[in-house]
Amino acid sequence: MSGPSTYVPKSAIGKWFEQRLPIGGLIHSSFVVFPNPRNLNYFWTFGAILAFMLVAQIATGVTLAMHYIPDARFAFNSVEHIMRDVNYGWLLRYLHSNGATMFFLAVYIHMLRGLYYGSYKAPREVLWILGVIIFLLMMATAFMGYVLPWGQMSFWGATVITNLFSAIPLVGNYITTWLWGGFSVGDPTLNRFFALHYLLPFMIAGVVVLHIWALHVPGSNNPAGVEPKTSKDTLPFHPYFTIKDTFAVVCFAIFFAWFVFFVPNYFGHADNYNPANPLVTPQEIVPEWYFLPYYAILRSTPNILFIPAKLAGVLAMFGSIAVFAFLPWLDTSKVRSGSYRPVFRVFFWAFVLCGIGLGYLGSQPVTEGTILAGRILLLCYFAFFLIVLPLLGLLETPLQVPASIADAVLGSHGSSTMLKGASAEPSVKG
Amino acid sequence: MTDMTMAKPNMAEPTRRDILYVATAAVGVVGVAAVIWPLIDQMNPDLSTLALSKTEIDLKPIAPGQNIVVKWQGKPVFVRNRPPKMVAEVRAVPLSQLIDPETDQARVKVANWLIVVGVCTHLGCTPNVGGDYDGWLCPCHGSQYDASGRVRHGPAPLNLLVPTYEFKTPTSVVVG
Amino acid sequence: MKMRMKATAVRAFAATLLAGALLVGVGGIGARAEGLNSEGYLIPQRQDWSFAGVFGHYDRAQLQRGFKVFHDVCSQCHAAKHLTFRELSEPGGPEFTLAQVKALAATYKIEDGPNDSGDMFKRPGKPSDPWPWNFANDEAAKSALGAVPPDMSLLAKARTVQYGFPYFLAEGLPFFEDEEQGPDYIYALIKDGYRNPPKGFKVPSGLYYNAVIQGSGHLIRMPSPLAMIFDNNGKPNNPKFYTDGTPVTPDQVARDVSAFLMWAAEPKLEERKRMGFNVLVFLGVFASLLYFVKKKIWAGVHDISPSA
Repeated sequence: MSGPSTYVPKSAIGKWFEQRLPIGGLIHSSFVVFPNPRNLNYFWTFGAILAFMLVAQIATGVTLAMHYIPDARFAFNSVEHIMRDVNYGWLLRYLHSNGATMFFLAVYIHMLRGLYYGSYKAPREVLWILGVIIFLLMMATAFMGYVLPWGQMSFWGATVITNLFSAIPLVGNYITTWLWGGFSVGDPTLNRFFALHYLLPFMIAGVVVLHIWALHVPGSNNPAGVEPKTSKDTLPFHPYFTIKDTFAVVCFAIFFAWFVFFVPNYFGHADNYNPANPLVTPQEIVPEWYFLPYYAILRSTPNILFIPAKLAGVLAMFGSIAVFAFLPWLDTSKVRSGSYRPVFRVFFWAFVLCGIGLGYLGSQPVTEGTILAGRILLLCYFAFFLIVLPLLGLLETPLQVPASIADAVLGSHGSSTMLKGASAEPSVKG
Repeated sequence: MTDMTMAKPNMAEPTRRDILYVATAAVGVVGVAAVIWPLIDQMNPDLSTLALSKTEIDLKPIAPGQNIVVKWQGKPVFVRNRPPKMVAEVRAVPLSQLIDPETDQARVKVANWLIVVGVCTHLGCTPNVGGDYDGWLCPCHGSQYDASGRVRHGPAPLNLLVPTYEFKTPTSVVVG
Repeated sequence: MKMRMKATAVRAFAATLLAGALLVGVGGIGARAEGLNSEGYLIPQRQDWSFAGVFGHYDRAQLQRGFKVFHDVCSQCHAAKHLTFRELSEPGGPEFTLAQVKALAATYKIEDGPNDSGDMFKRPGKPSDPWPWNFANDEAAKSALGAVPPDMSLLAKARTVQYGFPYFLAEGLPFFEDEEQGPDYIYALIKDGYRNPPKGFKVPSGLYYNAVIQGSGHLIRMPSPLAMIFDNNGKPNNPKFYTDGTPVTPDQVARDVSAFLMWAAEPKLEERKRMGFNVLVFLGVFASLLYFVKKKIWAGVHDISPSA
């Protein structure tokens, strides 16, 4: 994915094949000799961790689908059949359900890393937008997957979320009826959610290929935020980053395994072990933790001008994700990495806390207080994107950006005399 | 530096570095195998299927000369109450005439009760009662079996399989 | 270097916040006092369960006793449709012998059919049968009992104790796993929940007061199940209720049946924890090896001179 390759296979068969399908050269140029900035920190291993999680989710998902029955009468029982009777069925299911959590945990770290180090800035805008598309597809996949066990939380979660579409003026009710295939969430809904839940991961895999392609055009961003200038600034992908990524994936797998084997229902909800009952709504409907901030936004949004609260909430919720796609143009700073933007860094952590706060509010029963707090945090959330980032680029005085990656690396090892010697770039402002 | 992960285990004098790489790679291979096994084993019969792997057949209603078909593990099982004349006939057939030589005595536990799996040993169709040997004729490719379930006419290569079974009482048998 | 120090300070601050929250969570779980909360609910306490922790496993004798309680008392009204007879003899559970399970199953009449004349018929139960229910369907149960008793096969996972923020942060940590909160809840509900209502609290007829049950305003339709085994003074109606010589006390009975329900809901727990320990050890070894390989490969990279 990075231009013509100099790769020459060693064997005659390899040469014969390479002339007809140059896949060896593709792999060689993309994952063997591909130059990566040498100063990447461990936050850059989350791409590999996410690739691992996607494969793990597809592998466990396909095997679970061999035993699952997408029928409202049998879905709950078939999941219990997997848990009790199928060989290693309990393992596959707990891997899959906790895998969703791990997938989102990793993707949030991956996104926040991109936000902190300005990875969305030119020339990586398309790479970033593809990432936002992957995130949206992940959310759709996770939501539909959570419906499949057909427990109480599955059913009522599906009811609440599909009802969002009824907020759309004029055609809303037709759309919800169309989504359901009936007049409430029911058997047709479950069946189509299963079909889509099986389809979407492969669409994610397709967009991931584009995402990696778009990554390999400019190459990885790095903690210093300056582009590699000479070959001294980079290291070949193999063996340096293959081993680093593998190490990180295995460490992540330890974390993952702890939850799968010892607290497999920590991220789940007890109510989902009660079969779906369309006549009884649970005490409180709580989505999975990774949707909580958006759920809080949905619930907190008031009437805005002539837009009723219900529609405004839906718009705010989708807007809170869509706004990520506009980051490359909302952030006006010329300096890429947050390491050299002291004021940005404060706002960045405030934004993270804001997201956690919204998540907490999303998990709480609705009261006057949570609604008010939700509205404040909702304002903070959008203010970060729409006010802080555009203005900060104009007002902030960034620190001196190192001239090259090599300088940044040596600087981090405390040899300040080296920094003095390096040709300093003019400080960037405005 | 670029060719470091690939250790060469057959080197004359492995260095400590190579041992580290080989050990890591070996542990990695074991890990991958351990991950793949559950993905494969989940397709094997599960506990609920295994628990249904026995079928009890009541022999009382089967009159002499009558055949019944019982489902066992998803397959048909032929149960035939053979009259003494039929038993005598199949036992008189010399083994040299058989495609898959086997005595009738070796295929039954009680002389009049023939219990065989009704799956043609050619390609798995279920034979119908008929043919020239007082037994079964497979509709798919014309294999014929006699009253002992032995193949008498190709293309099937083997006799009908005798399942494991046990007489609980003289009129009740448990297959499986 | 100033900004580096600042970044470090921010990181340290964040870590302190997180650690603080976790500590409060951990401390909170240990230190929660017994008693009623502000809304008059009795918060179930953490109990010691043999199946807790990394090396947790079920106590066979306890599961067998719990099964007796389930069989004699609970299953009179409750269904347990995901539980099969054979599971009672499978490894990792009460581990009755197959002969015991066959004999037990045969005492039940299971509807099967249709037979050759098209009629449904009753036959003795087999180990592969699911646990039979005394009611033909939910409606029959409701008309006889006033409500449908919850299915018991998953009850221990379908109930929990919500300690709320920040306690839940700790519940994913080693030694504070949340997996035992279902049995904690069931134990508290049947042993401590039934008590005299506060002054002025009206209990409608056909309902009972319970300090533990959530979401129904302290009202429960199930009469105290322990009252079927014990008299008003806590003396067992049948001192030989347990055949293994274990003293029959309300605490013991509540504990045993809660443990049994946990097994019924999570029959693969032992296999899971055993495999989990092996997986963690394996991954730990693998990660250490990878760490040293990574160190070796990266050795010499950091000291390359920048401007040669």
